[in-house]
Amino acid sequence: MRRWEQYFTPQSLEEAIFLLDKYKGAGKIIGGGTDLIPQFRDNKEESKYLVDVTQIPEMKEISLLEDSFVIGGAVTHAQLAGSQDVYNYAQVLAEATVCVGSPQIRNMGTISGNIVNAQPAADGAIALTALDAQVHITSADGEKVVPITELYRGVGKSKVDSTIEVISKIEFKKIDKVQNVSSAFERLASRKALALPMVNVAVCLKTTGGQFDWARIAIGPVAQMPFRPFLIEDELRGMPTDEESIRIIAEEVSQLVQPRSSKLRGSADYRKEMVKVLVGRALMKAIARLGSEPY
Amino acid sequence: MTVLKMKLNGKQVEVEIKPSDLLLNVLRDKLGLMGTKEGCGEGDCGACTVILDGETVTSCITPALKAMGKEVITIEGLSDGKELHPIQKAFVEYGAIQCGYCTPAMILSAKALLDKNPTPTREEIKTAISGNLCRCGGYEYIIAAIQSLIKP
Repeated sequence: MRRWEQYFTPQSLEEAIFLLDKYKGAGKIIGGGTDLIPQFRDNKEESKYLVDVTQIPEMKEISLLEDSFVIGGAVTHAQLAGSQDVYNYAQVLAEATVCVGSPQIRNMGTISGNIVNAQPAADGAIALTALDAQVHITSADGEKVVPITELYRGVGKSKVDSTIEVISKIEFKKIDKVQNVSSAFERLASRKALALPMVNVAVCLKTTGGQFDWARIAIGPVAQMPFRPFLIEDELRGMPTDEESIRIIAEEVSQLVQPRSSKLRGSADYRKEMVKVLVGRALMKAIARLGSEPY
Repeated sequence: MTVLKMKLNGKQVEVEIKPSDLLLNVLRDKLGLMGTKEGCGEGDCGACTVILDGETVTSCITPALKAMGKEVITIEGLSDGKELHPIQKAFVEYGAIQCGYCTPAMILSAKALLDKNPTPTREEIKTAISGNLCRCGGYEYIIAAIQSLIKP
């Protein structure tokens, strides 16, 4: 196992950025370490200085504002899965984060790590993609805000360079049933725990008078990054929120996605079929949560 | 070298470590607490589970310095040396142990659950131990042992 030389536990974001800046690329942010430490173990990681951001108070907070959420970058999956606010106003994220790994991994692993590790099936990131999350990235040059969909370079490759910058917080609009906005998450895996998803789907949608106002659909792992079928989302606007429309949409999404065949995750044909099933279920579940529809 | 200070099984300890040490290795190799096992070494099997500030973590992928100033509980912290802890007793009584390798970690996951939720449902118990693999496959006895601790 390759090892780091020094381990820092800064108490503020400024201090963390100062350390990254000081070590000029030889340092790296560590959150829970549930991905990073195994990468050291496999000799795939060689940073000399680790900067642990999990002791920075402002990065550990979940804040529900008037109409949006602000999630600190070091918030764990367990925190999100156990938050009543998240359950009430971002249910898709609560449902997704409770599926990650195991209780131990959820206690350690952070939501920003789920983004930076850039796995196309990362449950938390799939939910955040459907939530259209805006990611705040801080470096010595200041802060930038980037939509989550623009943070991917490829499988396991993020545009966030954690040797020089850190995801300080993540922001998205709250999902409020009072405004006819709802969300849902669906997942297929070979076991209920410690299993990567064969397919996972997150949706957020708004209805008006029995019609789709808008919907955002995020699907993994069917592309190099969390996948959004933007054209089909556009087509959905104005369609009735009935079973027939959902069947048509789910079928179209299934035709569009191109999952690979995988010995672990199932054949391409099977997974396309499952995309159809899960997109359908997620849309129906989200609509049912609005209460007025007979599902 | 650096000094790790933590509350371990109720006592303040200071131990000289390398900044790159993992919590598992500090517990086993520096402090001689062999109850914490290494299984997969990747955080998947849960055999190395310890309780860090009330939450279960897999110590094989936890940098030891994450425990600085915090409270760590290992299986050695449960019994007073004379009597077994009630969870340990229940595991013995219900035959929830075969080879025993997963047992210390399984008991700690049960403890973390019961400390927070003294009346868990069967599903909640299953979720709580879902990160602890038992390759003897004795899950039913483990669940029964944990259920026996629920006070009506």
